[in-house]
Amino acid sequence: MGALSFQIALFFYLLAMLAAFFDLFKSTRILPKAAYMFVIVGFLFHTTNVVYSWFADGHIPIVNAHEATSFFAWCVFLLFLLLEYSYKLGLLGSFIIPIGFALTLVSSVLSSASKPLTPQLRSYWLGIHTFFAFMSSAAFALAAGLAFMYLVQEHHLKRKRLGGLFERLPSLQRLDEISYRLITMGFPLFTLAIISGSIWADNAWGSYLSWEPIQVWSIITWLIFAVVFHSRLLAGWRGRRAAVLSIIGFATIIIAFAGLALLQKGQHIF
Amino acid sequence: MKVLVAGLNHKSADVEVREKLAFSGDKLAPGLQGLKDLPGVKEAAILSTCNRVELYAHVSDPDGAKREIKRFISSFHSIPAGLLEGKTLYFHSGPDAIRHVFRVASSLDSMVLGEPQILGQVKAAFEFALEKKATGVLLNRLMKKAISVAKRVRTETRIAENAVSISFAAVELAKKIFTDLAGKTVLLLGAGEMAELAARHFMASGVKEIVVANRTLARGQELASEFEGKAVPFDEFKDEMLHADIVLCSTGAPDYVVLKPDVHAAMGKRKQRPLFLIDISVPRNIDPQVNSLDNVYLYDVDDLQTVVDSNRSERRKEADKAEMIVSEEVETFERWLDCLQSVPAIVSLRQRAEEIRKCEVQKMLNKTDLDEKERKAVELMASSIVNKLIHPPTAALKEDTGDRDQLIAMIIKLYGLNGGC
Repeated sequence: MGALSFQIALFFYLLAMLAAFFDLFKSTRILPKAAYMFVIVGFLFHTTNVVYSWFADGHIPIVNAHEATSFFAWCVFLLFLLLEYSYKLGLLGSFIIPIGFALTLVSSVLSSASKPLTPQLRSYWLGIHTFFAFMSSAAFALAAGLAFMYLVQEHHLKRKRLGGLFERLPSLQRLDEISYRLITMGFPLFTLAIISGSIWADNAWGSYLSWEPIQVWSIITWLIFAVVFHSRLLAGWRGRRAAVLSIIGFATIIIAFAGLALLQKGQHIF
Repeated sequence: MKVLVAGLNHKSADVEVREKLAFSGDKLAPGLQGLKDLPGVKEAAILSTCNRVELYAHVSDPDGAKREIKRFISSFHSIPAGLLEGKTLYFHSGPDAIRHVFRVASSLDSMVLGEPQILGQVKAAFEFALEKKATGVLLNRLMKKAISVAKRVRTETRIAENAVSISFAAVELAKKIFTDLAGKTVLLLGAGEMAELAARHFMASGVKEIVVANRTLARGQELASEFEGKAVPFDEFKDEMLHADIVLCSTGAPDYVVLKPDVHAAMGKRKQRPLFLIDISVPRNIDPQVNSLDNVYLYDVDDLQTVVDSNRSERRKEADKAEMIVSEEVETFERWLDCLQSVPAIVSLRQRAEEIRKCEVQKMLNKTDLDEKERKAVELMASSIVNKLIHPPTAALKEDTGDRDQLIAMIIKLYGLNGGC
């Protein structure tokens, strides 16, 4: 039941991605709507799967590589739906759905074998730490998607290629603002994830930081977004530079996450 | 029962001729009355804009009416009839006239394809004629339909989308950088005519303030006062660039006035708020290298012209779709017109049959002595014979066939409908 609803979700995400992909080439009224509807249906099945696993595991379903990636994708689609609902930005789906779909697809091939949780991990900190970590990562994922849209649109404006996508993409200012808004939401959550993680580590293992790869990468990511966040206020780093940095920041999260899923060492073991 | 259009537009006549023949202001009411009073003209309406003068009439004999209208125009405007010879004045009648009216309202016949003003002008012309009671069933329907066709063209094609003038293209581009222009400041470098036109477009799009930096401060002040903006000495433009979001440059200087280091310095102080520079001067006044700076977007007059050209060709493509809509609507209108024409024939056929029935039943009742029941039976029989006999010709008249005019003529002749009882 849990596995089946995951497969159905993946199928609908695939349909959504195809609709969003063709939307890039041919402007119609139906394609963006179809993509949005497919995501909603996929998301409902995905939610069923997440809830099912939650009850089956007895805690937040992120303790094997499959579950963790799937939960990440779930957060991305959740934010996508919220964003699409509240802003209705042209072509948002074409840039964000592929990120969510890729995560779901990767998740579908990863191992779902769970080892029983060690006593240290079996703690309420598990829920708090991972919730902050995943929601902030999802916010950064969407910020990166919008930053990419910004770069595409900026390229059009600088090169004076003003047909096709240019007409349908939102204005630079809007992309920049919403991307920044996502970062202002993601950054405090990410900070909380790091703080809650270190308190938990201190409680469980007696030290705040053990220089695991994911901890190091997380600190790098945190620094990058701290730069995005503050340089905008102080030096007015906005637009292009902020966009490039947001994408780099998201890339470090993916590296950290991939390392976590593949290396399987240390406290963040599945 | 035909629609006749007589007119001239930007293609058929020069502005000198158009202004002589315009029915503008005080001339419109007497002109409309004069047209309505012409022999053979049953309904009338006049559309007079700076690009076209058109007279619409409901006539029964288009050829005769053409001569009358030509004579009327030359006498009304007291110009020699010779001026109207050749291509100046065009005439359309029947389906062509209907198509023409629809095309005009949909802006397919305009100088700038898809421009929005014409629809309002058509509406105003129609309302004026309606108010003066110059129109009737045919023109009322035609004008209402023209307006709805124009709206259909507007919604079903992209003919009115995309800017087709340089200043409007600049506004559209600005909206792709800044979400909306409310709260934005425009700095005009130079106070030329082009700058003024573009500033007007920006003002209409809701910018907060217009600042003019001109070499002659007086002229700058004059222009600024038109937009309730402020004027500054030209040398202060670098300071003003810190606050402005959009800079419109048209100084007429022979060389670059705005240099890369200036803009670079300004961007730092502006905390990288995006800056949109529009250089409509020839030779150019802003160093093209400026475009390579982050968050700076520079468009010169050629760039804007390219945008305009591609939008124009886009509109031409959309015009083909619009023509198809117009054709469809002309057909529908023709069908309605046909129905309308066959109505009198059907009515008089029925009247004639009723008269004969009453006449004959009465004759028969006078001669015989029937009781109530028998009388009813005879009357019933008579009306049923009449109905059955006139049903096929009525149905044929209502039917949508190509030779309706012939059919009407034939029925009138066969049943002696014009002869009376």
